[in-house]
Amino acid sequence: MSGAPHIQQGDSIPKIMWTVVLSLVPAAIMAVIVFGIPALNVMLISILSAVLTESIINFLVKRKQTILDGSAFVTGLLVAFNMPANVPFYVPAVASFFAIAIVKMLFGGLGFNFLNPALAGRVFVMFAWLPAMTTWVKPHPGQWFYSFFHLKPVADAITYATPLNMIKMHGHQALLTYFGSKSALYANLFIGNIGGSLGEVSALALLIGAVILLVRKIITLEIPLSYILTVALFTWIFGGKKGLFTGDWLFHILSGGLLLGAFFMATDMVTSPITSLGQIVFGIGAGLMTFIIRIYGGYPEGVSFSILFMNALTPIIDRYFDSRFVFRMIMKKKMKIK
Amino acid sequence: MSHWKEFTKGIIKENPTFVMMLGLCPTLAVSTKAIFGLGMGVAATFVLLGSNILISLLRNIIPEKVRIPAYIVIIATFVTITDLLMAAYLPPLHEALGIFIPLIVVNCIILGRAEAFASKNTIFDSILDALGVGLGFTLALTLIGSIREILGAGTLTFEMLGVGFTLTLAKYKPMIIMILPPGAFLTIGLLMAWFNQIKINNAKKTSR
Repeated sequence: MSGAPHIQQGDSIPKIMWTVVLSLVPAAIMAVIVFGIPALNVMLISILSAVLTESIINFLVKRKQTILDGSAFVTGLLVAFNMPANVPFYVPAVASFFAIAIVKMLFGGLGFNFLNPALAGRVFVMFAWLPAMTTWVKPHPGQWFYSFFHLKPVADAITYATPLNMIKMHGHQALLTYFGSKSALYANLFIGNIGGSLGEVSALALLIGAVILLVRKIITLEIPLSYILTVALFTWIFGGKKGLFTGDWLFHILSGGLLLGAFFMATDMVTSPITSLGQIVFGIGAGLMTFIIRIYGGYPEGVSFSILFMNALTPIIDRYFDSRFVFRMIMKKKMKIK
Repeated sequence: MSHWKEFTKGIIKENPTFVMMLGLCPTLAVSTKAIFGLGMGVAATFVLLGSNILISLLRNIIPEKVRIPAYIVIIATFVTITDLLMAAYLPPLHEALGIFIPLIVVNCIILGRAEAFASKNTIFDSILDALGVGLGFTLALTLIGSIREILGAGTLTFEMLGVGFTLTLAKYKPMIIMILPPGAFLTIGLLMAWFNQIKINNAKKTSR
């Protein structure tokens, strides 16, 4: 196999990448509506940093410029989607630099990165400036937002936390008290009136983007579905405090970066398995990791860690779950019978 | 090979850390501050010098079959001397380096030089070899420690017991990750890549 992405007929890298950008636009608009101009600043800084880093490195190693293929733009935008809105300017700048320079270009550029660049950049700055990366602002959309979506502004809180923070620190009941009722909780999560990273707040916007990607056949359903279903299943069984099968699985799907990660990051062609079977294994593995970190781990959210972990396992998955996997299993059984 | 070359080869061409990739465990563990890297390097150089001298002197006496145990006993002697001296005169450094001082006994660099060099060469060459390799190791550790400390803590410490200096970057927001283990791997990886590039460039120049 040559290096990924494996280009299919009619599709070129720029075409794919700019379609991905288009699919991210709804979430970007939602971020600006919910968090205001600071969200726009974070996006501009990280995109600028990603594109500049790539062009400077291309210049230094005397390669053809690759910034117009849009991949650096996508990486920069995804880095911004992983940041809180009020983050200091150097955090997205360094995250994009790390993503492009260390994770992507040092390993040979597009198609050779062994981790998802945007997620690796996010985790790097997360451990570099933990307080800056975990200070969340309250969403503050305009009044028209509430009337448009038939939502009620939620009770004011002194310190603002993401829903996943709340459930980790104070339990599910505190969450219900904060949002009023279960349906209000789901409505706010679905529309995006919650604290969190720029891109992850609105499930609605992310699903619109996901539909664009699916219709244009840029991603397939194997990874997102197996990932989300695994998280849902295990949080339903083990996530509740009152015993088995009492977990709030819908909350775990809608909150945090699960939808963003499952549709836009885990499906990265370069760092996910090639075969459908391998992709399902990838999704289940990422789902298990996310579930373990969310329910038992020290961090409230584990999507980025679990996707990076499975990225690193992708070569092994590709090796064992290739197209001959089923055939090999049948052969093994036959050998045993003999 | 001239005597001078025995000394200089350890610094860049056969740098124990970046080229031979030996003794990486203490390198990764103690290089959180420039002064710790320097201290570890000097301690290892002292042990290397002592063991190289003694092993070179005894190279015709030590039987072939038990040479490794014999080398280890000699190395352990100098490590114990270093450990006790450091505990007596530089307690803060001793505390910071902790278990990695006794672990110099099993440092690949020292046993490697004993096996590959001191057991076959004269005492004069062995001294030069120990000093060169020790200097290469010290420079590498100090360089890694400086980079990690500047990026990860915003300071540069060459100070022990009030002697030396400490620089502080006032407005810099330190990247904590650089003084955590991932920072060590990143720094060493990038420096190794740089050394490899130097090697490739040199090879290109000579082939022309």
